[in-house]
Amino acid sequence: MEVNLMPAEAVQAPVVYASATGLLSYMWLLIALPAIGALILLLFGRWTDKWGHWLGCATVLGSFVLGLSMFFQLRDLPNRAVQQDLYSFIPVGNLQVDFGLLFDPLSACFVLLITGVGFLIHIYATGYMAHDEGRRRFFGYFNLFIAAMLLLVLGNNFVMLYFGWEGVGLASYLLISFWYGRPSAATAGKKAFIMNRVGDAGLVIAIFLMFFQFGSVNYDVVFSEVGLLSGTTVLILGLLLLLGACGKSGQFPLQAWLPDAMEGPTPVSALIHAATMVTAGVYLIARSNPIFSANLTLQTVVVSVGALTLLLGCVIGSAKDDIKRVLAWSTVSQIGYMFLGVGLGGGAYALAIIHLLAHGFFKANMFLGAGSVMHGMNDQVDIRRFGGLWKYMRITWLTFMMGWLAIIGIPPLSGFFTKEPIIVAAFARPGWTGWLYGLAALIGAGLTAFYMTRLFILTFHGPKRWTTAKEGSVDQHPHESPLVMTIPLILLALGSIAAGWLMASPVAQWLTPVLGPATEEHPKIGHTLLTVLSIVLTLAGAGLAYALFRNGTALVPQPAGPVVTAARNNLYTDAFNEAVFEKPGNWLTRALVFVDNKGVDGLVNGLAALVGGGSGRLRRLQTGFVRSYALSMLLGAVLVLGAFAAVQLGWMG
Amino acid sequence: MGETVLKLPALDYAALAPMLILFFAACLGVLVEAFAPRGWRNPIQLVWSLLALVAALVAVVLRVPDVTAENAQTAVAAVSIDQAGLFLQGAILVLGIVSMLLFGERTLENGGPFVAQAAITVGSEPDRRQAAREPGATEVYPLVLFAVGGMMLFVTANDLLVMFVALEVFSLPLYLLCALARRKRLLSQEAALKYFLLGAYASAFFLFGVALVYGYAGAVDFRTIHTAIGAGTGNIVLLLIGLAMLAIGLLFKAAAAPFHVWTPDVYQGAPTPVTAFMAACTKVAAFGGLARVLYVGFDRTAWDYTPVLGVIAVLTMLLGAILAVTQTDLKRLLAYSSIANAGYLLVGVLGGGREGLSSMMFYLVAYGFLVIAAFAMLTLVRDADGEATHLSRWAGLGKRSPLFAGIFTFLLLAFAGIPLTSGFTAKFAVFGAAMGGNQTWLVLFGVLSSIILAFPYLRVVVMMWLSEPGETTPSVSIPGALTSAALMIGVLVTLVLGVWPSPVIELANSASDFIR
Repeated sequence: MEVNLMPAEAVQAPVVYASATGLLSYMWLLIALPAIGALILLLFGRWTDKWGHWLGCATVLGSFVLGLSMFFQLRDLPNRAVQQDLYSFIPVGNLQVDFGLLFDPLSACFVLLITGVGFLIHIYATGYMAHDEGRRRFFGYFNLFIAAMLLLVLGNNFVMLYFGWEGVGLASYLLISFWYGRPSAATAGKKAFIMNRVGDAGLVIAIFLMFFQFGSVNYDVVFSEVGLLSGTTVLILGLLLLLGACGKSGQFPLQAWLPDAMEGPTPVSALIHAATMVTAGVYLIARSNPIFSANLTLQTVVVSVGALTLLLGCVIGSAKDDIKRVLAWSTVSQIGYMFLGVGLGGGAYALAIIHLLAHGFFKANMFLGAGSVMHGMNDQVDIRRFGGLWKYMRITWLTFMMGWLAIIGIPPLSGFFTKEPIIVAAFARPGWTGWLYGLAALIGAGLTAFYMTRLFILTFHGPKRWTTAKEGSVDQHPHESPLVMTIPLILLALGSIAAGWLMASPVAQWLTPVLGPATEEHPKIGHTLLTVLSIVLTLAGAGLAYALFRNGTALVPQPAGPVVTAARNNLYTDAFNEAVFEKPGNWLTRALVFVDNKGVDGLVNGLAALVGGGSGRLRRLQTGFVRSYALSMLLGAVLVLGAFAAVQLGWMG
Repeated sequence: MGETVLKLPALDYAALAPMLILFFAACLGVLVEAFAPRGWRNPIQLVWSLLALVAALVAVVLRVPDVTAENAQTAVAAVSIDQAGLFLQGAILVLGIVSMLLFGERTLENGGPFVAQAAITVGSEPDRRQAAREPGATEVYPLVLFAVGGMMLFVTANDLLVMFVALEVFSLPLYLLCALARRKRLLSQEAALKYFLLGAYASAFFLFGVALVYGYAGAVDFRTIHTAIGAGTGNIVLLLIGLAMLAIGLLFKAAAAPFHVWTPDVYQGAPTPVTAFMAACTKVAAFGGLARVLYVGFDRTAWDYTPVLGVIAVLTMLLGAILAVTQTDLKRLLAYSSIANAGYLLVGVLGGGREGLSSMMFYLVAYGFLVIAAFAMLTLVRDADGEATHLSRWAGLGKRSPLFAGIFTFLLLAFAGIPLTSGFTAKFAVFGAAMGGNQTWLVLFGVLSSIILAFPYLRVVVMMWLSEPGETTPSVSIPGALTSAALMIGVLVTLVLGVWPSPVIELANSASDFIR
């Protein structure tokens, strides 16, 4: 058995954070800058229409610069972590919650990703939203999102994390619904909200459970004392946290909202639904690694969720024709890889975070590239109606190509350095499960290559299949996007090329104080063989897609076998949600309304009608009679008395 | 000798001063009605009532440092003006002052929100005349003062009979106030009648409970009841039925299921300032009274009542939340939300101990300000027929008046318990207290129901911002100074209690002491 997969020692070494001094004591500014930006943009209304978007960019850049300088301050500190309690937030008896921040290697990585990639996307959005009359409001929400996301990763306790968690959910809800001309956008916003609430419930209950068990929700206390809990409690706590993580990160069974969220403007998809917010679940699990490492069953659950979702995302992604939805399902699948990583535990935590950072670059790159394509093609999103675009938008084509090669894991681009180690780590899991999860990850890599190549070829190569006036839409005159959009693309493409190789070992080392040291992996089959195998599979998937789609594709869905049909229907996961959650919910609501309005009254009138024999009286089935209210109170009184009797007799309580 | 000397009980006037001020001011207010010229009545009454409320508040605050365990009780221990009592009295007064601002608003509608003479037949010629021209009744001010005075006595009553008297003192003015709406008068009168009949019904339960408890303990004051339960000599059946009856009477006022049935109809029919006043102040009074009964008189039966009241709390939270989802009228929606909030308050009460009490008191303050601001907002969105409360009428309000839609959005987010609003901190406090009191199941249902309850609020937000304004989208009136003040106070307190709640939480914590 490998050392790295053992649960952590029963009692962990206590987690201690130093107090912040010097520059680091200003870390609240990281959050305050974008928050102030949002406040100005949303409160001062039309006065800021002219320059508001530049203010939005400037605040994020400010946070990035500040974050970078603080990042370098961390180097020489013990544990490389500082925390700062700003003020006492909720003091209820034993429950002391402080408004406190924590800056450590893990949050530093996220701060740089959020503000760095966020800044590039902000710049891009100034061009993308140039003609939108709601641009100022858009940037207001965008800044609000950045502030909330920074709060999420900078909090030093779970309540602060929850604040950011709700804040990003709210901002994402507002941003998805931003284009409210479309009813589908509002529906998608609602779906995102509902699914996230389900996840949030898990997180809230987990927080109360922590408070109950530890008397505190601060990271240092919780992580130092988690070893004292019983295995079952740790399992419940971890499952609740996992539920929260699944909701936010679009993992099975709460994955359905993420692809629908693509109704929002493309920069939103890039920032929120690719690079940052959806990775909050991974952050939560990585941050809570002492909890997740303390229970083997828990780790197995996380790994299973990750493996299942990564395959699910690949299969569905292969059958979709909407460019943003394919990318969305690919996000679902890539986050599945990250969940797989954090579930494996030990050294794989760091691998997941590195993959997350690299993914932030290449997925944001591709989303923005997709936006650029849509920009040049009159907001067309159907990849069956693209083709041959490489000649018309060279920069978009080249940058998208970098993203594509990175995600499918062609060396030496970043995906290769970050995804392949996760596959190796999965194979290193002891017992037969190592084969199971390893093969899932390996097959996923082949499928990823297939659907991403399909997307790339159908969009940029093959014959032109553009919409013509005959098809009911305008003639297409594709063109390259303005510089303000292509420069972020170029920078992100550079990131997609180099980030993996640059980050692989230094970041793992950097994260050691939070996530534990890197470990030597001993996979089931040789490391080199695995590498070769994954490259071969990738090339096979890509080659297959190239062979199938180099001559374009039909413009309408073709009859297909059961697998493709199922994939087109999201593998029937929506139907499942409807049957299990929606229908019973509707039924319960209707039943309650009936009982509250008509039930008691109907009973009275029905009895009266029976006794009197006059069916005409049944027509009086109305609400609002005092007598029926009084009757229901009387029934309530009888129930209360009965309940007291039951308690007294020992049936209850 | 043989001469019986009637010994008058000693009254501590300093302790009773806040209530005496209010009752005196209310009586004087009635005289103002009789002697002041018509045109002058409204300003005189408004200023006079506000002064009285502020004076009572000052008297409450001045009393705080002097209270000790020894001098808290007065009037032969019939009234117990202890720290918790003072906090609750202060909360009622502060919320009363803010809702009084809504009562005084005359610029939104010609003559104010109240009818001039409620006795005139609806729809008759004189009724049309008075609806168009005559200023609203000014009797509402003394009625509110009486109600506030009754509530203050209710939360400090140390004796079931005094409590019953106080219950009636604050209920009767409320019944009257409900009937005084200027618009939709039939709905208003129906609401008042319903409230009165059901309220009388609930009072009967309460009184029956008092009788049974007297049968058990031989007394009606909490200390004797507490001692009698400790001795355990009486007939336990009498005690439990009595307690159940008392609880029913109190839960009716608190609008807990299944005794909530009156709430939607009455909230909808009553004039909106009255609804705001009831939703804020009656809640404080009802829960203050309930907590005192449970903590002071019957704490030794906690094993018996906790599961029963727990089930009621769960039922109340779920029923309020689920039924709120289907509402199409904003006043009814807020009524169901107030039912659900009664459930959260019950969770706090059942948390037990200092934490339970202090979290409940904090919740009452936070919710009171929030709900007053929400109803103040409802008075602003109007059309030719008065307030436009149907949900469809609010569609697209964000386009017409982004400022007010923004404020209302903030309030709805607070109702939904989004962090950095008082809605979050208050829920966190009660759930934390329940968790500390080992009532994990209540927290589970609380979290679950609060998630359901977020939908109706969010639906209103979506309606306001994401729908195109229709032909029928009513305008938002520019509020007069009084309504703006009430709205702004509500919004500010909601924000401050969300961002920096610790001073008020600490205040509630230090005040969470009942003297038996």
